[in-house]
Amino acid sequence: MAENKFVQLHPHDNVIVCCQSAQKGEQINIANQVITLDSSVTIGHKIACQDIAAGEQILKYGASIGSATEAIKTGQHVHLHNMKSDYIASHTRHSVTGE
Amino acid sequence: MRCYLRNDGSKGIRNTLVVVYLVECAHHVARSIVNKMDHPDVQLIGFPGCYPNNYALAMMKNICTHPNVGGVLLVSLGCEGFNREYLSDAIAESGRPVNTLVIQQNGGTKNTIAKGITQSQIMLEQLAQCPIEYMHLDELVIGTICGGSDGTSGISANPAVGKCFDRLISADATCIFEETGELVGCEQIMAHRAESPELAKQLINCVVKAENYYTKMGYGSFAPGNAEGGLTTQEEKSMGAYAKSGASQINGIIKPGEKPNKKGLFLMDVVPDGEPMFGFPNISDNQEIVEMIASGAHITLFTTGRGSVVGSAISPVIKICANPETYANLSDDMDINAGAVIEGSKTVKQVGDEIFELIVRVGNGEQTKSEQMGHQEFLLTYKTFDSIGPACLK
Repeated sequence: MAENKFVQLHPHDNVIVCCQSAQKGEQINIANQVITLDSSVTIGHKIACQDIAAGEQILKYGASIGSATEAIKTGQHVHLHNMKSDYIASHTRHSVTGE
Repeated sequence: MRCYLRNDGSKGIRNTLVVVYLVECAHHVARSIVNKMDHPDVQLIGFPGCYPNNYALAMMKNICTHPNVGGVLLVSLGCEGFNREYLSDAIAESGRPVNTLVIQQNGGTKNTIAKGITQSQIMLEQLAQCPIEYMHLDELVIGTICGGSDGTSGISANPAVGKCFDRLISADATCIFEETGELVGCEQIMAHRAESPELAKQLINCVVKAENYYTKMGYGSFAPGNAEGGLTTQEEKSMGAYAKSGASQINGIIKPGEKPNKKGLFLMDVVPDGEPMFGFPNISDNQEIVEMIASGAHITLFTTGRGSVVGSAISPVIKICANPETYANLSDDMDINAGAVIEGSKTVKQVGDEIFELIVRVGNGEQTKSEQMGHQEFLLTYKTFDSIGPACLK
């Protein structure tokens, strides 16, 4: 699966998933484009593979997994700081997001 | 597969003597008996509460008469609310040897431990007489849960279990998946796989019930480690968890402790009915494994990304690691490396076949990693369900 360090799970997805740690500035050839990583990411995390507007749904597995809380640019890390659940807030040991 | 044939006709893949404390006050005595026996087939289980609970009673009855259980020693303080007479009668009715030791009637801690050891030794000898038979794949019940999920779980280990489930179901085995709170967000997608339009409605309803319940609890079924591993939302975790169910038709919904009434694929509705009463539905993964066992699971498939190390009393747990970095770190605890899918060296189908083959070997007596390490976790707490109570115990 990971000839590339990232995988796009469904052609409609606007995020790709990291399969091998990657550094900020690395260029990823995926989904017919070259994406430059805006930050370093570790395995399992998501990167935007297209520009996403605030409020827009985040698509992974071809399904909505929540919505953007701010505009996200291609190559940016997509996580608790810029997206939220449309069902139930997520929590870490230190905070709750998406309430 | 080789199996143990019980007097009630059920077929088990392990031959376990369970020592059961019926209230936390009897825990030390029961644990001391198990520790002094120091035998892998003598295992400790129990219920901590003093107040009676129909769900806990039904669960304990199903667990003590599980095909993998050959005999039972009940340890009661004496004044707790657990209906030990009902439980003992139900176990005896199933043809299993059962003894009850009431600490208050046996001279206290020391004497009860000594009697417990003597009785356990006698029961172990009885267990050794259990006839060995053969069972086929279509007699197996396999459950699946996930714990410590991360962003790799839904890509490697969970769909690999899904492939394994599809293969088991086509071989006429019975498979159970669960945690309706971890299906929040994919209820509509799941409903399309229902055997009937009525079941489709029920599938959606039980996920809506879970969403309402967790919302009242103030937390979803989402742990900090999930976020550290790349998962951001409940629905993202759900889509990954859902992949464990494979692609077969969904044939029914059961509640914890209920047995599937036919072969096929079942969803376990683990979230209590009615207004939230006793707190979180399942306070940790161990409780989910126990619910699978109470519904008859011979083996539980446990997928993990962050790396859980647990096993269980009574039924073996096969751990399938989704994340190659976690596998490298915790390989002693993992039975299957689904991280190979992330690294690109294996397909999801290949890992699914590996799981399938391991199920057959574990069924034949091969120990899982958690069994080798002595993991025998057990957790049962209070719950309430509309359909679980005295009426369904008869």
